Amino acid sequence: MIELQDATKRVGAVTHIKPTSLTLQTGHFNVLLGATGSGKTSLIKMMAGLDPIASGKVLMDGQDVTRLSPQKRKISLVHQFFVNYPHMTVFDNIASPLRVAGMAQSEIEGRVEEAADLLQLRPMLHRRPHELSGGQQQRTALARAIAKDSRAVFLDEPLANLDYKLREELREQLPELFAGRGAVVVYATSEPEEALLLGGYTALMEDGRVTQFGPTADIYRNPENLAAARVFSDPPINVARVTITGGQVQLAGGGTWRLSQGISLSDGEYKVAVRPHRVTPVRASADDVELTGRVIVTELSGSDSSAHFQHGEDAWVSLAAGVHPYQVGEDHTFYMNPAHCRYFGQDGKRVA
Amino acid sequence: MRTENQKAWFFVLPVLALVAFNALVPMMTVVNYSVQETFGNNQFFWEGLGWFEQILRSDRFQAALGRQFLFTTLILMIEVPLGIIVALSMPRKGFWVPVCLVLMALPMLIPWNVVGSMWNIFTLPKIGLLGYFLNDVLGINYDMTQQPLSAWITIVVMDVWHWTSLVVLLCYAGLVSIPDAYYQAAKIDGASPWSVFRYIQLPKMKTVLTIAVLLRFMDSFNIYTEPFVLTGGGPGNSTTLLSIDLMKIALGQFDLGPAAAMSLIYFAITLLVSWVFYTLMTKDDAQ
Repeated sequence: MIELQDATKRVGAVTHIKPTSLTLQTGHFNVLLGATGSGKTSLIKMMAGLDPIASGKVLMDGQDVTRLSPQKRKISLVHQFFVNYPHMTVFDNIASPLRVAGMAQSEIEGRVEEAADLLQLRPMLHRRPHELSGGQQQRTALARAIAKDSRAVFLDEPLANLDYKLREELREQLPELFAGRGAVVVYATSEPEEALLLGGYTALMEDGRVTQFGPTADIYRNPENLAAARVFSDPPINVARVTITGGQVQLAGGGTWRLSQGISLSDGEYKVAVRPHRVTPVRASADDVELTGRVIVTELSGSDSSAHFQHGEDAWVSLAAGVHPYQVGEDHTFYMNPAHCRYFGQDGKRVA
Repeated sequence: MRTENQKAWFFVLPVLALVAFNALVPMMTVVNYSVQETFGNNQFFWEGLGWFEQILRSDRFQAALGRQFLFTTLILMIEVPLGIIVALSMPRKGFWVPVCLVLMALPMLIPWNVVGSMWNIFTLPKIGLLGYFLNDVLGINYDMTQQPLSAWITIVVMDVWHWTSLVVLLCYAGLVSIPDAYYQAAKIDGASPWSVFRYIQLPKMKTVLTIAVLLRFMDSFNIYTEPFVLTGGGPGNSTTLLSIDLMKIALGQFDLGPAAAMSLIYFAITLLVSWVFYTLMTKDDAQ
């Protein structure tokens, strides 16, 4: 278990990580998700002990490790770049942390071979890193992390420099590889889709702070703010302005419905967010609200059709299964069930 | 359809002409002199390989060659490790980086004969700052114009002062190109500073280090200006290195034949040793 308690990081006068509290459980696969520069790597370095923290505490399994060196924290780190000792064989690379720890030769061999088998490196054990492909080099780095007894494994965009096919293969394997090893796994990525595919828990990061943390599926369904809602959506989530008076919702571009049972909001201006696949060209239920607008762009991807249309001053996107005959420049009617709407205040915070 | 002609040669021709003029032609005149005897008046007599045999057998040449190898060995053994140590202790980022780089580059910017003159004046007993300090303050009997040992120490120290910077700058370039990730990996493993040097920094510096060793070998093996200005090869012949000896024969005695033969032998040795160094140092990469 890793706990951050109001931890901050400063470089000179610049605050890189604002006070952050986060608890990551042993055995969980935790994804740090955020754009480049949002602080993912900084947070990992703080937890790993590579960068000092300016204030707050870091705890591992209840023990305060704030001032402990990276070696004493018993952790592994796999980088985006393939980091291996250049003049050592794959075997020696995987064995290096075990040797430093003073493990017996027979045990080292056993562990290296186990890790090599898991990552299909057995035939390459006596080669050197520069004789390996990028994927094999990164698998060597992963094997080093697996062979070592780590309380925490940090994977900092480990697949970013691999080609598409390899990335998919390794991504599938990763959660299994570390399952049951008694370590906290922390995986940093800038791709929302990766977080969804990896499952587990996600911490959304933005501008040096964690904006939401929880099971990945929960964050997808119940974003706490507009920024979090926007993360997992491709095409982007629809955001429209509404006015609520006495429980009646009025879309700025036209269309109205009553607030669902159990939701009560005071009168005023709000924003609603609806995922594109909830806006369809076919009426699905009697409650659906009609949205009519001019189609601007249409796209076919596989068996899905998407249409970008203008509804009043707001731009909307619809994503529907099947091929639909949209005419660019003409008006079409789309349907949206208000039950799928999430309501946000003017400051972007979720209200219902 | 494929057209076949020999026009591609025209692309190589300019380079060929250039190389011919600045390397091959002068070189061939040397070869020409080396197999002939002349008494002036542009009269030449065929000598065959006689000069080569005479040079290789002469005690004078062998002594100069021995001194040359001693000098170069000392230079490499001091400058390479010292250069690595200085490069390792230089800051990697911040305000002091440009300051260090400029300070390091300074000795290399000074013309070679000025370096010789500087050290000459600096080390003269009674007059020179260092000479006076050693003799009259510390009481060490030091006089590079009289004692071979003093002269040797002076030319070696001068060369170290002049050229260690080159090794430093090359190694530094190699060091800063190592991504931080390597150092982080070592920190997490708990690797000792020695391991970091042995398994990360040294392998990553190898290419630039090969270049540094080759350059320092060639330059120190062919050194002329600084010892010529500093000691002129003396006292006696104690610091007469190969190039100084060569100049004495060629210009002092105007023995063009032997001087040409010696030049070619000198060149062949430089080439051979460079090749050996290069092959040994890049052996691992070829595998």
